[in-house]
Amino acid sequence: MATTSSMFMYALTIQPPTSITQAMLGQFSGTKEQQILTACGSRLTLYRPDSTQGKLYTILAHDVFGIIRSLSAFRLAGSNKDYIIIASDSGRITIIEYLPAKNKFHRIHLETFGKSGVRRVIPGQYLASDPKGRACIIASVEKNKLVYVLNRNAQAELTISSPLEAHKPQTLVFALIGLDVGYDNPVFAALEIDYSDSDQDPTGQAFEDVEKQLIYYELDLGLNHVVRKWADTVDRTASMLFQVPGGADGPSGVLVCGEENITYRHSTQDAFRVAIPRRKAMTEDPDRKRYITAGVMHRMRGAFFFLLQTEDGDLFKVTIDMVEDEEENATGEVRALKIKYFDTVPVATNLLILKSGFLFVASENGDHHFYQFEKLGDDDNETEFTSDQFPADPMESYQPVYFHPRSYENVALVESIDSMNPIMESKVLNLTDEDAPQIYAVCGTGARSSFKTLRHGLEVSEIVESELPSVPSAVWTTKIKRSDEYDSYIILSFANGTLVLSIGETVEEVTDTGFLSSAPTLAVQQLGEDALIQVHPKGIRHIQAGGRVNEWPAPQHRSIVAATTNERQVAIALSSGEIVYFEMDSDGSLAEYDEKREMSGTVTCLSLGEIPEGRVRSSFLAVGCDDSTVRILSLDPDSTLENKSVQALTSAPSALRIMAMPDSSSGGKTLYLHIGLYSGVYLRTVLDDLTGDLSDTRTRFLGPKPVRLFTVSVKGEVAVLALSSRPWLGYADAVTKAFTLTPLNYVPLEWGWSFSSEQCVEGMVGIQGQNLRIFTIEKLTNNLLQESIPLTYTPRSFLRHPEEPLFYVIESDSKVLPPAVQQQLQDKPGVVNGDSTVLPPEQFGHPHGTQYWSSCIQIVDPVTEKAVVFSLQLEDNEAAVSMATVPFTSQDDETFLLVGTGKDMVVNPRSSTCGFIHVYRFQDGGKTLEFIHKTKMELPPLALRAFQGRLLAGIGTELRVYDLGMRQLLRKTQANVVPNLLISLQTQGSRIICGDVQESVTYAVYKFSENRIIPFADDAMARWTTSTAMVDYETVAGGDKFGNLWLVRCPQKVSEEADEEGAAHLIHERSYLQGAPNRLEPMIHYYCQDIVTSIQKTSLVAGGRDVLFWSGLQGTLGMLVPFMSREDVDFFQNLEHHLRNDDAPLAGRDHLIFRSYYVPVKGVIDGDLCERFLVLDRPAKEKIAGELDRSVREVERKISDMRTRVAY
Amino acid sequence: MADKLRAQQQLEQLQARYVGTGHADTTKFEWTSNIARDTYASYVGHPPLLQYLSIGMGEPREKVRAMMIEKMIQPVGKPPEVQD
Repeated sequence: MATTSSMFMYALTIQPPTSITQAMLGQFSGTKEQQILTACGSRLTLYRPDSTQGKLYTILAHDVFGIIRSLSAFRLAGSNKDYIIIASDSGRITIIEYLPAKNKFHRIHLETFGKSGVRRVIPGQYLASDPKGRACIIASVEKNKLVYVLNRNAQAELTISSPLEAHKPQTLVFALIGLDVGYDNPVFAALEIDYSDSDQDPTGQAFEDVEKQLIYYELDLGLNHVVRKWADTVDRTASMLFQVPGGADGPSGVLVCGEENITYRHSTQDAFRVAIPRRKAMTEDPDRKRYITAGVMHRMRGAFFFLLQTEDGDLFKVTIDMVEDEEENATGEVRALKIKYFDTVPVATNLLILKSGFLFVASENGDHHFYQFEKLGDDDNETEFTSDQFPADPMESYQPVYFHPRSYENVALVESIDSMNPIMESKVLNLTDEDAPQIYAVCGTGARSSFKTLRHGLEVSEIVESELPSVPSAVWTTKIKRSDEYDSYIILSFANGTLVLSIGETVEEVTDTGFLSSAPTLAVQQLGEDALIQVHPKGIRHIQAGGRVNEWPAPQHRSIVAATTNERQVAIALSSGEIVYFEMDSDGSLAEYDEKREMSGTVTCLSLGEIPEGRVRSSFLAVGCDDSTVRILSLDPDSTLENKSVQALTSAPSALRIMAMPDSSSGGKTLYLHIGLYSGVYLRTVLDDLTGDLSDTRTRFLGPKPVRLFTVSVKGEVAVLALSSRPWLGYADAVTKAFTLTPLNYVPLEWGWSFSSEQCVEGMVGIQGQNLRIFTIEKLTNNLLQESIPLTYTPRSFLRHPEEPLFYVIESDSKVLPPAVQQQLQDKPGVVNGDSTVLPPEQFGHPHGTQYWSSCIQIVDPVTEKAVVFSLQLEDNEAAVSMATVPFTSQDDETFLLVGTGKDMVVNPRSSTCGFIHVYRFQDGGKTLEFIHKTKMELPPLALRAFQGRLLAGIGTELRVYDLGMRQLLRKTQANVVPNLLISLQTQGSRIICGDVQESVTYAVYKFSENRIIPFADDAMARWTTSTAMVDYETVAGGDKFGNLWLVRCPQKVSEEADEEGAAHLIHERSYLQGAPNRLEPMIHYYCQDIVTSIQKTSLVAGGRDVLFWSGLQGTLGMLVPFMSREDVDFFQNLEHHLRNDDAPLAGRDHLIFRSYYVPVKGVIDGDLCERFLVLDRPAKEKIAGELDRSVREVERKISDMRTRVAY
Repeated sequence: MADKLRAQQQLEQLQARYVGTGHADTTKFEWTSNIARDTYASYVGHPPLLQYLSIGMGEPREKVRAMMIEKMIQPVGKPPEVQD
């Protein structure tokens, strides 16, 4: 069990997966509003589409800690709220509802039907519900189908029946949907193949004759059982079904889609069939048949249509014509099926049509798209093909039909939702000399591939940038009256004066405001109902409505050094260290308090809090002195300026701010004291609003410059703007309400203030050098900003130039016509005019060519040019598979780029003609490549690596060392190290870690004196390695194809022996159980659900410790954080235990078993589960915290520290 | 004798319920078919694995999914001739 491990890691997700398994629409809130629910990995995410702005907003994301396989929504008759059914790997059917008031998913039913896990005969693969919400069916790929009856009891609660079986052994299911039959007995339609005969027939004839059948399963609600109502043979290639509206809306039945085939079928109707039109373009193969891979049916005002998508991404509009009676009313009889080209969008897993006229495309790979319909293709000149042209029997011959693809005509792209899915490889590097490193990744497939740069920060949209006559030191905005909605003045303070600008249609200077313009300003405040005050070094100017000015002069020989104000109170600090306090009288005048207080040192900063609602004053004044302390003084009338509490700091405070902010621990608002230090450190402490005690201090280093703090408003909540060498924003997270500090992706600012005008309600104004900038922050949900550079083909790997900030990406795509062949086709005589247009691959994909590979090497400059600067196409059907930069000792340590390729590769079963290693020299500072030579190999080299001034290459099962020769690479030594296929190499010193495609890692040592490679340790477990990284000399971290993360370590003694002088003792060691002489020890093991494509030991934030950063195929970014102390491990193990029980996963999967999917979890604590604590309700938090003998605040602090210390 | 019969019945029940449960006379064909079918069902059932295959093959997920189920019909070739 986990407790015995000596190493512990805390697993956290930095960015959840973005690959959508399924998306669906529904009115989950019970209002008219349509929402989108998606399943990404183990997460359910609910989105609210905003039809006015064409944007999608995340409402709720919930990790169910189980594999979500299928989703379905249903609505009970007479209700207007959709319930959600989840089919997961828990062996249980889960029905949940969304509670808008609590912003939570609530589980209503959880019915166990089988074993857990994704298995062949355990239902879960298919899930369909009756359109009238009376029943649902859940089925497995083979044999099992269970039907549940859904109903309502006397209390109007949803009930679920015990399951009714509709099993049929030795039957495979390809598709399953609920049929629209109105209020008749619910019917489910399935596409099935019965393989029982083919399994018994040694001649193979039965296999040839296997038929695909469309089967109707009827649930008899009266008799409460399921019967096979109707079965008919359909096209052998069929793989998808779509529901056709029934009852009053249409003829009912299904569309059966197969290879170049869309057929309408129903038990009471004739079959109607249309072929899928083929693309007509010069580079298109006229004989290629397409499949339908996604589609959607949409009803509107009694009519309906389908949008079906082919594997190329082309959308077709399919409609059904009905026979009309004498009065031209449609009868229930189908006359014809019609199809026409609609538009081309990215290949989708799901298409959703919203009632508000939007199309959501959940892309299979790359960014998800949100389109707006401009028209429905009703009256354009696209050719429409009808079923009259095609025989209903798919075996009969027919004339294929063609269409010309074109750019968008019916839909317009309104928003593209960033998605890193699939991440092929990632690296964490700091190329721009920022204080934190950036994440670089190659993502996407085909023509929609991209090189992405991620950095931690919030997106800022700038509204105004204007240059000022000289450098201002500070800026404020103020209203004139308390009742004003927007700010009226911008006040700028310069070294020798003050400038007032009025905000209106234009921003211009005003002089008659009563402000003193000949001195710099320290503070500006709108006071009472309609007065203004200006604090300047020589006094306080009180400007009352009507322009009357009262001046309070500072005592002689002293000046004001710091000031703080709110609507009724003013406090100033004099150069002598005295603090003077004023409060507004009932008549609106400012009254000085007799009590003064002398501080021990010079006051550097002051802060008064906002006046709480219903009170007349803020009862605390925070005073920061240059003796590195902050004192809280009371402002209550009976104890004015008395000391309440003191906090000692590591450096003198440069800014203070008392603010009431939403807080996760208390559930409501809490008073925070934010402290900025001259050293660039920022502290946040909780200020008790009764006693004035300071507690729960959290620190963060923001940058090397003194910190300034300002109150701003973002998304209707107060936030703190902290300025150091870069700007940061502290805000309450939208879901957890936990305080979050994120840098802004913006220029460094010296001063900031809130800004509100009619055009920009929640803005900020800032000073940068001599510039005044006004900006807003629109999104707080996304704190990882992406920049994207398009690539040509699917990226396979990438590398950085040894010195320059440049990346080399190898890209390859199978079944894509290379440019040379495309050119040949274009130059062919007889190209018809209309066919000669070249389709942009970004929208239409690359042209298909079954036999071909297209591959290239591209150089990407992500820092200055932010573009691909060089491209080199590979020829002769070669495709790049691996790369390395190698400094060859024999060439005076000059570094070369080596690229491994395969010729005529076939993916499955793996084969190729041969492989090559290309050698390139860096030219022009790495911005171009010069080809030197290539060396033929028997197999494609899948792993390359620099090693002691030579090249290590993994070719099949062999590991070889090459040196660079004049005409080719020269083989120096080789060894058989792994059993199947060498796919990854890591080295340190003379040690070589070889990753096998199927058999985990093998440790080998290179003995220079004997020129031999000797494997000395391998793993006891078969891990289908995808990616590895050396954590230290003995330890390797890696991921496998099934979604596991692991760490293995070589025993100390074995490791030392391997490095001993000489090779004899290693060569003659006896092999242990047909493997290497020694075994590695597993250190940690964790199921992370996504396939790990890269793993790296790195730090992610300035001054943060090293973590194991990994990226997953589906777009996940995650990390493993090592624990420093045993107490922390015990604490988090306990917390995990309590959360497993008190907040059991939504879909009914046992959390511990989920994380132990293939191998029992070892040495890892699930941070994502621990962070669920933050979103629990108050009593649940208190219960768990009580059992842990801690306060809720302490528990939350520990959880958030685990993340913020090392990452975002 | 009754015990043996009961054991036999229980085994049959198990075999009917859990596809792939072996018996004394399981042939190599049955055994390998069963494993191959389990494998293909697992490819289809795990979304990341299906995506991994689809990227490798350069085909859309839906096509790969249908292809994998198609392979489940006869995953290891023709059954052997029955010898009496």
